[in-house]
Amino acid sequence: MSKKTQENMAGLSRRSFIKGAGTLAAASMFGGVAPYVMSNEKKVLRYLGTAVNQDTKIGEKAKEDLGITIEYIPVTTDEVTKRILTQPNSFDLVDTEYFSLKKLVPSGNLIGMNANKIKEFDNIVTAFTKGEVAGKKIGDQGTAPKKVFYKDGENSKNFSSTPTEWVTLIPTVYNADTLGIRPDLIGRPINSWSELLNPEFKGKASILNIPSIGIMDAAMVVEAMGEYKYPDKGNMTKKEIDLTMKIMTEAKKAGQFRAFWSDFNESVNLMASGEVVIQSMWSPAITAVRTKGIPCVYQPLKEGYRAWAAGFALPSTIKGYQADLAYEFINWFLSGWAGAYLNRQGYYSAVLSTAQANMEAYEWDYWMLGKPAAKDIMSPNGQKLASAGEVRDGGSYEDRMGSVACWNAVMDENRYMVRKWNEFIAS
Amino acid sequence: MVKPNSSSILAVPFALVLALFFVLPLLLVVVVSFWDYTEYSLIPDLILMNYEELFYGCFDWNEGLCTTFATYLSTFKYVFLTWFLTLGIGFGVALYLVFCVQSLKMQIVLFLVCTIPFWTSNVIRMISWIPLLGRNGIVNTGLMSMGIIDEPIEWLLYSGFSVTLGFVHLYSLFMVVPIFNSMAKIDRSLIEAAKDSGASAWQIITNIIIPLSRSGIMIGSIFVITIVVGDFITIGVLGGQQIASVGKIIYVEMSYLQFPAAAANAVVLVSITLLMVAAMMRIVNVRKEL
Repeated sequence: MSKKTQENMAGLSRRSFIKGAGTLAAASMFGGVAPYVMSNEKKVLRYLGTAVNQDTKIGEKAKEDLGITIEYIPVTTDEVTKRILTQPNSFDLVDTEYFSLKKLVPSGNLIGMNANKIKEFDNIVTAFTKGEVAGKKIGDQGTAPKKVFYKDGENSKNFSSTPTEWVTLIPTVYNADTLGIRPDLIGRPINSWSELLNPEFKGKASILNIPSIGIMDAAMVVEAMGEYKYPDKGNMTKKEIDLTMKIMTEAKKAGQFRAFWSDFNESVNLMASGEVVIQSMWSPAITAVRTKGIPCVYQPLKEGYRAWAAGFALPSTIKGYQADLAYEFINWFLSGWAGAYLNRQGYYSAVLSTAQANMEAYEWDYWMLGKPAAKDIMSPNGQKLASAGEVRDGGSYEDRMGSVACWNAVMDENRYMVRKWNEFIAS
Repeated sequence: MVKPNSSSILAVPFALVLALFFVLPLLLVVVVSFWDYTEYSLIPDLILMNYEELFYGCFDWNEGLCTTFATYLSTFKYVFLTWFLTLGIGFGVALYLVFCVQSLKMQIVLFLVCTIPFWTSNVIRMISWIPLLGRNGIVNTGLMSMGIIDEPIEWLLYSGFSVTLGFVHLYSLFMVVPIFNSMAKIDRSLIEAAKDSGASAWQIITNIIIPLSRSGIMIGSIFVITIVVGDFITIGVLGGQQIASVGKIIYVEMSYLQFPAAAANAVVLVSITLLMVAAMMRIVNVRKEL
């Protein structure tokens, strides 16, 4: 019997004993499943998140280092939100994006994360805490993490604009997104978001069909074309939504788009097959096209990047022991091995100092400093991503994250926006 | 001794299943369609807003078609095309199997051959068209190497053509099976008699075979029409997500937790489908003819 259960036994009152006996009786009726879990105290965490972030190897390493079994529950981004709101007791730990927080925090289904329990908390990059990279302010349009970083209490449903000890999400991974192109099929330099609607690529362009992210890409394009300058692309007025969708609808009617995609793999197929030569893309999709031996560039553009960020949170239904396990896992996640793993995939980890200690110097130079690769660059799964001498698209961490223009967002007019997006698809 | 009301007692289990798994959920959908909602919660209420937003701009004729009407119009276009083509193919295949293939064994073998495509999943059969029809696909490269065309044909994929092709490919068997079934029941002596009286093959088809396989045609039509009306995966995959469908709109609303709006859409869709089925049932009394 473990120490924890002994303590519980010592503190048994008559009342709780009867209650316990009742539970035991009820449990034994269900085939004795519950007593088994209670006595064995198996370390299991049900981890809800998107498939992109749930890497088997990270789960295996956590098991090896901590003895905690990670049970992944892989769903889509929208489904993560839906699960948190409708079934908060179906997971112990969730990995979700900052832009969803405007929906999640008011529901009270996530507890505030205790910053004091996070060892590396003070080393979390300033892009999250202050909205700065290397001391320079970066774009904060949309749901920038710093705007929704703190809550004003553990069980509060409100954000706090000043730092508190209660954090909404413990950041894990983030990146700066841009357009993907096929340099071999375009054959000239591309340097602006406006190229997405350039008639030169008629029938060969694509945009993602996830309204909240698609409209941000559309806004980057509209602004780059000089049609309009948004006060905040991540929170448009109805008029601004109308204007953006009007420009996109005209392009669609003129046959600019080959197809839209809503699944990561669709974007890979569109690009690899040459159906599309310029489109919104996510960084692992670029990697997937390249590992097929097809040239594909994650093109840095002069107007900057659209960034996103994700982090860990716990459901409000979680109990003491499970919560301790979850904190143990989160601390492990920030302690370096996982961070190095994410950096090698082309993402960025929330604590860079510990990740650096787990990477080779030449890897750090390539991924983070934007220097030419001293040796071939391998993915964590052993596939070759770049040959010696190549430079990462977009360059160093400071160049890429420093050029962020806006963040994924949920708008106040979200309801209207979704309706307008459906209209765009129907047009 | 069987009591007169025993048949209704026998129907009870099925009625219960229907009530529990069909009527009750449907009622819930209707109820929720009158609710209000925010980004993170549903608010029980009795408002018409979801329907107002659904039909927003639909009765302002100067503005052109509203989203809802445009979507339904596009959906009905595919419903009609698919129904027309699958009916032609289904009727032809069934006619051949029943009247041209003489041995019963051969009939069964050929019938089973028709079902072979169903051994793989729906989605795989859909996706396998993409490498065939794409810009650098087999059809385009084949035609170009034969010198028939100089530029790849763009409208083969992610177009109304590919969507219709996909539907016809996926759902023709739903026509073949019921038509085959009702044709197989036609008394051969009727056809012999018609031939003896000097009827042409065309007259036999229009005056005997079509009227007697009406129930099969109707059941097949109901299958195909109800499936295509609610489909959004085929339209998404083969239409490059550029073509609207009611199912996709409902899907998007669900993923943004706009359940009441999705419910209102679903209520309209179910009503229209039921009306269509009811209209078809009026033309042919399937129950009587089975």
